[in-house]
Amino acid sequence: MTAVDVRGLRKSFKGVSVLCGVDFAVSRGEIFALLGSNGAGKTTAVNILSTLLRPDGGSARVCGFDVSDRPDEVRKSISLTGQFAAVDDILTGRENLILIAKLRDVAAAKQTAAELLERFGLTDAADRRAGTYSGGMKRRLDIAMSLVDDPPVVFLDEPTTGLDPEGRLEVWKTVKELAGGGTTILLTTQYLEEAEQLADKIAILHEGRIIASGTLDELKKLFPPAKVEYVEKQPTLEEIFLAIIGKNIETEGN
Amino acid sequence: MNGKTGVLFGRLMRHILRSPDTIITVAITPIAIMLMFVYVFGGAITASLPSGVNYVNYQLPGILLMAINSGISYTAFRMFGDRQSGIFSRFHSMPIRRSSALWAHVFVSLVSNMLTVAIIFLVALPMGFRSSAGILEWLSVAGILALFTLALTWVAVIPGLVAKSAEGASVFSYPLIFLPMFSSAFAPTETMPAAVRWFAENQPITSIVETLRSLLNAEPAGNEIWIALAWCAGIALVAYFFAMRAYGRA
Repeated sequence: MTAVDVRGLRKSFKGVSVLCGVDFAVSRGEIFALLGSNGAGKTTAVNILSTLLRPDGGSARVCGFDVSDRPDEVRKSISLTGQFAAVDDILTGRENLILIAKLRDVAAAKQTAAELLERFGLTDAADRRAGTYSGGMKRRLDIAMSLVDDPPVVFLDEPTTGLDPEGRLEVWKTVKELAGGGTTILLTTQYLEEAEQLADKIAILHEGRIIASGTLDELKKLFPPAKVEYVEKQPTLEEIFLAIIGKNIETEGN
Repeated sequence: MNGKTGVLFGRLMRHILRSPDTIITVAITPIAIMLMFVYVFGGAITASLPSGVNYVNYQLPGILLMAINSGISYTAFRMFGDRQSGIFSRFHSMPIRRSSALWAHVFVSLVSNMLTVAIIFLVALPMGFRSSAGILEWLSVAGILALFTLALTWVAVIPGLVAKSAEGASVFSYPLIFLPMFSSAFAPTETMPAAVRWFAENQPITSIVETLRSLLNAEPAGNEIWIALAWCAGIALVAYFFAMRAYGRA
């Protein structure tokens, strides 16, 4: 079953083509990464899929609904976590979640909020203003807000851009946990490692076209077999940094 | 107001109640100007007014309009913030009517400016403001102030939606704040040089000020009330048209 189906999608801004015939499909329950450098058109594609922009040509369907013809149905099926954590800094974490729950007509808004706070390790910070949260916490709240009412498809646009290494690990952990829950996730990223870590399937968007797509193994097969070399593995600065400050992905969330 | 607009209205009201400085800041400058006019220039100006005129009453409508003119810059500022932070995109990708996010800002602008106006009325009381207006006149005063706020709110929505920076979103209100100075709000227009006098007598603030003054003094407002209403409705309609066009593109 296809959750997201994009065919021949085109979009240009002021005569400059950003998407020139993009095709990809995301199956239900899959984590799909749209990988590309800055300006490759990732955000444009996500904005079309979340009905914020109208495509110039081609078709885009989410859960079987065309984004141009049935935008209301599409909006019911999705949640967008944009490039910058779109949380309300003045409200507390709990209030942010209750706000979204009320907007989505969730009957037990308070209970939903409490459950999501628990699930995302934000219970202790629940009644603090979101403006006081760290980058990673804000992003976690942001993603939690996207999961209110369990939309079948979640778009995460560059979920770790601008986060420090700790924040990035927090978000990766969160996304990996989502995958188990059956939610379809389309994420965009410019970090190869992120796609490799999180995605079941990867499509590489370059200059407005998908130039390669498939599972990581399939992509690897496109290239000549790896040369075997023996090198001493030095720790990266990131590993050193995380070791010194005593954080790693396992200890997070205690 | 539908249910979703109400939820979003509640969110923005919470912003204001958590930083009450926005209402106070908006009220403080006009109050300072009111103190200056009444206690510094008031004596001299009163000398050129017909005898028996209460100068606190005379200048109050101009101060109220000045407060609204600066208050709406916060509306533009809040809208810019919601665009910038991505909150607008989040709401627009949700299964709610798209315009709810916009109307919530408009209603909040109306309510917060009316609060500011109420504060200024209260400050004017110990300064000697007295009104002989009856219920009907008070309702008319409230209605005209609300219509004026609504008109200027739609003006403020435009920079709120198209500005590229927070400063750019609110800078439009500076000339508006000074507009009451070039009207009959603080001094009679008769002593002004011809060109200034022509401008003062034909700009919207004058007719609105004259109307409010008449209503508060329970005097007949004559033709001025219709000119005032026409200005407010005209500005509201034109600004609404451009604001909606900008919202369609945002």
